[in-house]
Amino acid sequence: MATVADPGTAVKRPPGAAPPVWNRRRREALAGYAFVAPDLLGLMMFVGLPMVLSLGVSLFSADGFGGYTYVGLANFRQMAEDTQLWQSVKVTLTYTVAFVPIGFVVSLGLALLVRDHFPGVGLVRTMFFLPHVISLVVVGIAWQFLLVDKQGAVATLLRPVGLGDTSFLGDPSLALGSLVAISIWFLMGYNMLILLGGLKDIPREYEEAAGIDGATAWQKFRHVIWPLLRPTSFFVLVNSVVGSVTGLQAFDLVYVLTQGGPAGSTSSVVFYIYQQAFTFNNYGYAAALTTVVVGFLVAATGTMFGLTKGGRFDAG
Amino acid sequence: MPVRLRAIVGYVLAMVTVAPLVWLLVAVLRPADELFDVTLPSRLTLDNLLYVLTEVPIGRYMVNSAIVSVAVTVIALVLHSMAAYALARLRFPGRQVIFSMIVSTLLVSLPVVLVPLFLVAKELGLLDTYAGLILPAIFHAFGIFLLRQYYLTIPRELEEAADLDGCGYFRRWWQVVVPLSRPVLASLAVLFFLANWNAFLWPLTATRDPELRVVQVGISTLQGQYGSAWNYVLAATVIAAVPTLVAFVLGQRRLVEAIKTSGLK
Repeated sequence: MATVADPGTAVKRPPGAAPPVWNRRRREALAGYAFVAPDLLGLMMFVGLPMVLSLGVSLFSADGFGGYTYVGLANFRQMAEDTQLWQSVKVTLTYTVAFVPIGFVVSLGLALLVRDHFPGVGLVRTMFFLPHVISLVVVGIAWQFLLVDKQGAVATLLRPVGLGDTSFLGDPSLALGSLVAISIWFLMGYNMLILLGGLKDIPREYEEAAGIDGATAWQKFRHVIWPLLRPTSFFVLVNSVVGSVTGLQAFDLVYVLTQGGPAGSTSSVVFYIYQQAFTFNNYGYAAALTTVVVGFLVAATGTMFGLTKGGRFDAG
Repeated sequence: MPVRLRAIVGYVLAMVTVAPLVWLLVAVLRPADELFDVTLPSRLTLDNLLYVLTEVPIGRYMVNSAIVSVAVTVIALVLHSMAAYALARLRFPGRQVIFSMIVSTLLVSLPVVLVPLFLVAKELGLLDTYAGLILPAIFHAFGIFLLRQYYLTIPRELEEAADLDGCGYFRRWWQVVVPLSRPVLASLAVLFFLANWNAFLWPLTATRDPELRVVQVGISTLQGQYGSAWNYVLAATVIAAVPTLVAFVLGQRRLVEAIKTSGLK
């Protein structure tokens, strides 16, 4: 280590001066702090501070014009009776429960399909990924156009099977399902790529050996690929859960496609918070809701890591 | 599955996947009165695109988006690379704690902290400014994390060989580490540019001034403004998507690499 870095000066150092090793360490540490500082301060300012602030602001009633009145825990108490909030919790849970498993299975299926070479496989992979490149606003507008009632392309194509008059975005029982489907279409190529990265690291020999032993395709998948892919699968699933709950995809889509409607059927928690703040100027209540969501996320991720012994997607 | 069957299934699914986007593109080139037809257009026209380019300040929106996306990408690459180098290579007390703190912010996404972030930006006087669009978008743990992983794999000897007397840490980083990490920096550049060009929620929240509208906010307001004039709204969305597609085509390999390695193992 650094103890042998500079034997020449170590001997000749003037009496009273700090040992060079110590000096060097200090210089390294100072450089380290200086290099990390801009990013660290930025994260504190724009991620850390807002999180702390939300806790503080949640104790106030804020009108958005700089007027703050201390209300104690009133904002938190309000949540219990807020039926719209509970409706939005239900929307978020439904979205997550539908999106995460279906999205995962679709992505894994695509990854297995394009894992090995066939003519044009590169182009096929690119085409699966393409929706993810487009912005969610464009995606939202495009699908709104395709799903226009009665006239839209989807309605026209589905008329022969009797679904020509179905309103995929206007029917409260269908709108959320449409959002889930569009989200999957948007994200499947991205998760497919991550899973492909994981599949690449599984040595071929394992599957070949299983094949020699007479394993079927399903058995190979079940007993070779699935266990070895577990860290990557875990990463994709955690990502999807966090993305669903925090509205990473759904927010833009909901904003463009449905504005939370019809009848609140697509108003997710983050969209509801957005509305409380920017439509109704209830900043204090919105901050209280933010605090609860952050607390929930911290607890959920902690639990998930505990249950899976660290998730093992960081350790080799 | 035999190769031929896999190929056919792949082609069919791939075409179904891109069909909505192709449909959008064709719709924009249709004459307005055929917009909802499902047959081939009787003729192709640039009227819709030309109308949007001349009657809507979409050029302004695109310039704003370009300023913000490029600024965020460049600043973020420099800062993240510095931080990642320190976290991977330099020894200092508290390094592990700082790294864990940075990684833990990955949990918090923009929609969740939107309201308090808005209040912070307001107090700092950042609303309705370019700085307000750029600064909060820079700081994200993903890039730091990915770069650190990469820097851990660079052999220490390369760096120490350059450790000439008087060659400080800054020059080591700039002259040895940065050139060695060009591929991963390029991957992140594509990723950051796309993410910021496509960003909607923060610009929507942080700006009211039409002069500062970025392209995603611009086209979403058109949607309200032009209501059922679908041909113009769609033309604007296609124009907004062009730079994304160009960046994607140019940087596809890099982008794919970045995403694949983000699975980490």
